Amino acid sequence: MSTFSLCTSVTDRFPDAVSASHTYRDDATVVLRPESLLEVARFLKDDPALQMNYLMDVTAVDYSAFGQAPTPGFFASSGVAVSPSSQIPDEDPWPGPPELARFTVVYHFFSTAHKHRLRLVVPVEESVAEVDSLTDLLAGANWLEREVWDMFGITFRGHPDLKRILMYEEFEGHPLRRDYPVKKRQPLIGPDN
Amino acid sequence: MMKTEPSFFTSRLNEALGWARKYSIFQYPFVTACCGMEYMATACSHYDVDRFGAGLPRFSPRQADVLFVVGTISHKMAPVLKRIHDQMADPKWVVAFGVCTCTGGFYDNYATVMGIDTLIPVDVYIPGCPPRPEMVLDGLMKLQDKIQDQHATGKRPAFERHPLQVLKEGFET
Repeated sequence: MSTFSLCTSVTDRFPDAVSASHTYRDDATVVLRPESLLEVARFLKDDPALQMNYLMDVTAVDYSAFGQAPTPGFFASSGVAVSPSSQIPDEDPWPGPPELARFTVVYHFFSTAHKHRLRLVVPVEESVAEVDSLTDLLAGANWLEREVWDMFGITFRGHPDLKRILMYEEFEGHPLRRDYPVKKRQPLIGPDN
Repeated sequence: MMKTEPSFFTSRLNEALGWARKYSIFQYPFVTACCGMEYMATACSHYDVDRFGAGLPRFSPRQADVLFVVGTISHKMAPVLKRIHDQMADPKWVVAFGVCTCTGGFYDNYATVMGIDTLIPVDVYIPGCPPRPEMVLDGLMKLQDKIQDQHATGKRPAFERHPLQVLKEGFET
């Protein structure tokens, strides 16, 4: 199934749930309203034409500093390109950030039967910072959602055991939030270096 | 007035013990990251760390006398490293393998310990990202020199005095 028809199969089925969709460099992305995430995920998994049975990754993006000049750090610019390379032909322009919410939770679905993949993007406001857990549907979401909670502080409604997975229990805050101080350390032993 | 020169027999004993210790290094490889590949390259037959008597890694701290800390140490891992070091029997030595263990390397963030010398004493620093096996062997030979110079009771020679010009201005020595 082509990336375009992947997009349309979701947008046609859930016209109210989808707020935007695009394909960019052969990757299909669908932006969802948070309340319809479970419903769409179940459809992706069970629909015989899609069979998205593998959740490759769950991650999140903090857009609170998006578009601002980066903080001058200790290190010089790494030279990594921040805009798409002009070497690659670009039919579609880069769609930009999904919409004005502080966070987006990003799900990457893959079908082991059809070998196609689809990205679901769910905008989350800071005041709510909660989305539905996919653990009942896909057991592999368990640790991925724990990681998102650990790093970004986004809670997952219905998660069986939402606790830190990368950092230690004594750690305070969520280190990948943009308002976490870049060099703040919370050592368990030894000096606060 | 005590004698300042050690007697003939104790100095011979020190030399003999130092010689025995430096050619029978039992290492504990505390491998956490990519430096481990270079550590394995050093240990394998091409570079052959066994030539230096350090060919038998022990995976129990009770049986080891040199702790090789190979790879980035995170704050979550720091209590484990300290505990491993405490469990080793004296005399013991510590080698910091790679820049992450020496200074934190290019990591400067919430997760990483900025050099294991903030946690445990370090005898030899081997910088590099990762260090080449030649550098590891050089560090190992420096460690052997250090072991040879150590007193039989475990007392270490006085610290080397660094020339003043390498220190910062205004730094009290």
